Amino acid sequence: MSQIPAELKYVSSHEWIRDEGDGIVTVGITEHAQELLGDVVFVEAPEVDSEVDVEDEIAVVESVKAASDIYAPLAGTITEVNEELEDSPELINSDPYGDGWMFKMKIDSGDLDSLLSAEDYAEEIADE
Amino acid sequence: MGSKTPLYQAHVDVEARIVDFGGWDMPLNYGSQIDEHAAVRGAAGMFDVSHMTIVEIKGSDAKPYLQYLLANDVAKLQEPGKALYTGMLNEEGGVIDDLIVYYLSDAHYRVVVNAATREKDLAWLENVAQQFDVSVEERSDLAIIAVQGPEAIEKAQSTFSDEQKEAVAGLKPFVAAYAGDLFVARTGYTGEDGYEILVPDNKAVELWNALVEAGVKPCGLASRDTLRLEAGMNLYGHDMDETVSPLEANMGWTIAWEPEGRDFVGRKALTEQKGNGIPRKLIGLVLDGKGIMREGQEVVVNDEVVGVVTSGTMSPTTGKSIAMARVERSVDAEEVLVQVRKKQIPAKVVKPSFVRKGKSLI
Repeated sequence: MSQIPAELKYVSSHEWIRDEGDGIVTVGITEHAQELLGDVVFVEAPEVDSEVDVEDEIAVVESVKAASDIYAPLAGTITEVNEELEDSPELINSDPYGDGWMFKMKIDSGDLDSLLSAEDYAEEIADE
Repeated sequence: MGSKTPLYQAHVDVEARIVDFGGWDMPLNYGSQIDEHAAVRGAAGMFDVSHMTIVEIKGSDAKPYLQYLLANDVAKLQEPGKALYTGMLNEEGGVIDDLIVYYLSDAHYRVVVNAATREKDLAWLENVAQQFDVSVEERSDLAIIAVQGPEAIEKAQSTFSDEQKEAVAGLKPFVAAYAGDLFVARTGYTGEDGYEILVPDNKAVELWNALVEAGVKPCGLASRDTLRLEAGMNLYGHDMDETVSPLEANMGWTIAWEPEGRDFVGRKALTEQKGNGIPRKLIGLVLDGKGIMREGQEVVVNDEVVGVVTSGTMSPTTGKSIAMARVERSVDAEEVLVQVRKKQIPAKVVKPSFVRKGKSLI
């Protein structure tokens, strides 16, 4: 069973969202998602300052095996991307909830209620 | 639930990620496919390929039957254990499957075909056999372990008895020998030296565990795919299939045109294709930018789509994205564009052989 930290929020497309306060969230992909992908070898990051809508395809994570689109979990503006991933995309495998974070965004509405709790997400992936 | 090889439980016990492959539950990786790939390039790794289909061809017509069935000519095989790679074609010259045939005697050959094509292969083998005095018998009592890498032979031999070591001593590439219960072939699908070992089902786990003890790393199908692609070896159903002739799949060398008098299934179609001009060819590509080429992506020259990627990946050995692509024969550009997701990225055209014996060729 993969790790699903209780303090984070999730979407069913396997991104996690951490509330950093002041309308800023950090986004990455879950441990379950990186397990499905296998060794990550390439990350195409979103553009800083770009405005995104919910479920926009904004980034790509590619493993040796497959490419996987990353979706914006909320509407807002990208404020920062994890530049470490350019040279070390494997951080997504080794530390998906820590050093493997993908981007930060300023969200249009401070409301995270539309997102899944850890419990909801665990149920979703159990049904897969 | 798919079919399971005798080694299935051994894979599950070490938490291999299991996937369906042609109806078989097979290990995709045992953790990191990149580590597994590196083990084969740098030391020794092994693959459970027991899902592949082994067929015994026996009878007084075994040789003429295979000479008619296969594009390559089994008459080239003179010494017992010698192996030949070949396509098995349909009348239109398309590839039904690619396979290895081992010569045991004029009345006995052993053929190993792909798992995913098992049923149609067996049907075709039986169908053509009707005109010959031969029996076509599937062996379902044997497992296959492919031990590959620069240290594969040494490590595999360390698990053998003295008699077995003697039986395989000096075994040349593309030759097999019986060694006790084992049938040991110096063949593989990785671009490295090594053995493919046929072992009785009930001895497979014992051999696998002995190889683990000897320091051979278990490797899954994911690394098998990146290894064979680096080596420029075709994967059936991707780089060729029934709609593609061997001439369009870099398999021209597997067609034995001589002697002219030998008829084989597909010969007429291939001869016509050669006369009329082969429409397409299989090329190698090395991406010149960021991204990863994948099967199905379009190849573009002068704003025109001229072909499609048939296999693509990130090559762990070279750190570059490599691919095979089938393009119109007229394409002679040194560089093409590949439609990688939303972008067109330049790629160098190369011979589709990217890594051999651990060394990058690109």
